[in-house]
Amino acid sequence: MARPTLSVRDLSIAYRARRGQVQAVRGISFDIERGEALALIGESGSGKTTVGLGLMHLLPATARIVDGSATYHRPANGSDATAREIEVLGLKGDALRRFRWGECAMVFQSALNALNPVLRISEHFADTARAHGYLSASGQSNALRERSMDLLSRVRLDPERVWRSFPHELSGGMRQRVLIALALLLEPQLLILDEPTTALDILTQRSIMDVLKELRSQLGFSMLFISHDLALAAELADRVATMYAGRIIEIGDVRTIFQNPYHPYTIGLIKAVPTLAGDKEDLTSVPGSPPDLIDLPTGCKFHPRCPLADARCRSDEMDQTEAAPGHQVACWRWPDARDVLKSFQVK
Amino acid sequence: MSEPLITLEHVQRTFDVKGQTITAVNDVNLEIPAGEVLCLVGESGCGKTTTGKMIAGLLPVSYGRILFRGQDIAALAPAERKSYRLGVQMVHQDPYASLNPVQTIADILAAPLQHHRFTRGEAETRKRMRELLEIVDLTPPDDYLDKYPHQLSGGQRQRVSVARALTVNPAFIVADEAVSMVDVSIRISLLKMFTRLKDEMGVGVLLITHDLALAKYFAWEGRIGVMYLGRLVEIGPARQVVGHPQHPYTQVLLSAIPEADPDVTRAKPRIALRSTDVPSLLRLPTGCTFHPRCPAFAGEVCAREVPALKRAGWGSDVACHLAQAHEP
Repeated sequence: MARPTLSVRDLSIAYRARRGQVQAVRGISFDIERGEALALIGESGSGKTTVGLGLMHLLPATARIVDGSATYHRPANGSDATAREIEVLGLKGDALRRFRWGECAMVFQSALNALNPVLRISEHFADTARAHGYLSASGQSNALRERSMDLLSRVRLDPERVWRSFPHELSGGMRQRVLIALALLLEPQLLILDEPTTALDILTQRSIMDVLKELRSQLGFSMLFISHDLALAAELADRVATMYAGRIIEIGDVRTIFQNPYHPYTIGLIKAVPTLAGDKEDLTSVPGSPPDLIDLPTGCKFHPRCPLADARCRSDEMDQTEAAPGHQVACWRWPDARDVLKSFQVK
Repeated sequence: MSEPLITLEHVQRTFDVKGQTITAVNDVNLEIPAGEVLCLVGESGCGKTTTGKMIAGLLPVSYGRILFRGQDIAALAPAERKSYRLGVQMVHQDPYASLNPVQTIADILAAPLQHHRFTRGEAETRKRMRELLEIVDLTPPDDYLDKYPHQLSGGQRQRVSVARALTVNPAFIVADEAVSMVDVSIRISLLKMFTRLKDEMGVGVLLITHDLALAKYFAWEGRIGVMYLGRLVEIGPARQVVGHPQHPYTQVLLSAIPEADPDVTRAKPRIALRSTDVPSLLRLPTGCTFHPRCPAFAGEVCAREVPALKRAGWGSDVACHLAQAHEP
C-alpha cells in the first residue's frame, strides 16, 4: 500500500502560561494519505490550530513540542527520481526552509496580514521563489512568471491585472486566492489550510471552496483542513477528525462522522448545526463549557458535560478504539452514545 | 391589523468616508408587529447592522422615519422618549467587550433596575436579579451574582447581556450577531432562550445574522429579510424565503452556502454569478444594484430602474423586475 503523505504519532504540544502549562495538544496520532483531505474540526481551544502551527514550526516562543513525531513522505516521480522521507519535527535551517513551501505550505485565515502591503503580487511570487531556492538562477524569471500566471488563472484571477497589483488593490477573496496560488508555487504535496474562508462573505467563500476542490483534483496534493465550520468540512473533506481538549476523540470517513458518529461530543456538535434543506429540525446543545486546559478534569475530558459518564469515565481516559473499519472513537460508552441525543435536545 | 410596534419609512443612512459619501442603508421600508421574530440576513456591508442600530436608536437616520408605536423616534416628547429607550434594547455581538470587567454581575444588573426605579431597596433588587438570571438559564442565580464577567464563559456572558437588557422590561430586542461568537455546541440553547422571551413574555426579537441556516431555524414562525448593498431585496415568511426564494440574490446565496451534511452539500445545485466582484458602496451600480452579478439579468430595465419591493409568490415581498406575483 502507498505510504501516507504525513504520519503524525503521539504529538503533544504545551504552552507556558502564568498559571501553568496549557496542554493544547495531547498525544494525537493521524495519517493523511496521498491526495486525501483531512479536516480537523473542533471549537476554539480544542488544539486544532496548534497542530497546524506545530507541523510548520510556526509555534510562538511560549510553546513547546513535548513529544511525538511527524513523518512526511514524498514518493519518487517523473521529475524527481528520489523518494523523500522527512522527520518534520526535527527540521532546522536550510532543511526546514526547503520543507516549508517546497513540501508543505500553509494558508492562513487573515489574507490581508499574510501579504506585505508594500510589495506587488509579482514580487511576492519572486520573493517566495528566492527564499526557497526555486527557479532562482538567472534566466529562469520567465519560467517563474509563467508558472505564477498559470496558478493565478487556476485560482480564477485575471493574472495580468493581479500580477501588477498591490495587496490593498484586491478584495479579501482575491487576496485569499493569491495566497492559495502562492502556496502552490513550489508544488507542495501537502497544503495546510487554517480557517481559509472564515473572514469571507458567503459568495466569496463559495468561490474559494470551488477553487480548492478544482485544484486538488487537478494537482493531487493532500490537504489538512482546519476549521470550526462543520459545513465546510462536510463539503471539502474525505475524512474528518473531531478534536476536544487537545485530543482527537473521533476520526473517520466524512459520511460516517456526519451521519453515524459515535462520540457523544461529535453527536452533540453535529446536531447543533442547523441546515437549510428541509423543515426545522430538532437541534442539540451540549451543556457546560470546554475544560480549562491548564487544570484538566480527570479521566475523559468530556465527562463533566457528558450525560453518559460513569465512574470509569471519571477516572480513566480512553485511547481510540475501532468502532467500525476506519472509524476510531475515544469513548468508553460509545455503543450507547446515541442515547445522549435525547439529553442534548433543546426543548 | 393593529399598529406595528416599529415602522421604517424610506429609511436611509449615509456615512462620509474620506470626503466621499457612502449609502449604507437605502430606502428601507418595514413594519414589525409586537412580539414578532424577524431575522435580517446578508453579507458584510449590506447594511443589516446599521439598520439594527437605527431601530435601537443608537444611530440617527439620514433620511426617512422610524416610528415606535406610531410616533417618530426623532421627535418624541421626554416621557415617550424614555418609554422608547427602555422599550427597545440591543444585545451586541461580542460578549467579551459589552460587559464592564470591574463590575460583578449583581452590579451590572442592579444599575438599570435602580436607576429606572423598577425595584426599590436592596432586597427587592436582589429578588428581581435572581428572577432575571433564571429567565436566562443562569441557575442557581446565587452562583452568578457575585462573579465578574471574566469568570464566565462567552455563552454565559451573552446570557448576562440579555438579562441586563431585560431589566427594563423591553418590548423589543435587537440582537446583532448575538450568537456568532459563541461556541457552536451551545448556540442553539441561546437561540431557544430568545424564543422563550417571545413565547412567554411577548418580547419581539430582531436577530441580525450572516448565517441563513441559523435564521431559518430561529425565525421559523417569523420572517426573514434579505439585504444586499443597503437595500431590502426580499422579505417574507422564513420557511418560504429559504424554501422558495424569489429574488435571484437570495437564490444565489442559498445555493452557495455549504451544508453540514456531506451528501446534501455535494448534491446542491449551483447557480453561477455573472460576476464575482462585489461592487463598491462608493460606486453602486445603476438600477438594480445586483444587476452586474445577477444570473437572471434581463437587460436594460435592470440596469436602469431600481425595482420596488412588491408582493411576489409564496407571501414574500421581492425587489426584482422579474418577480411574478403568483401563488404556485
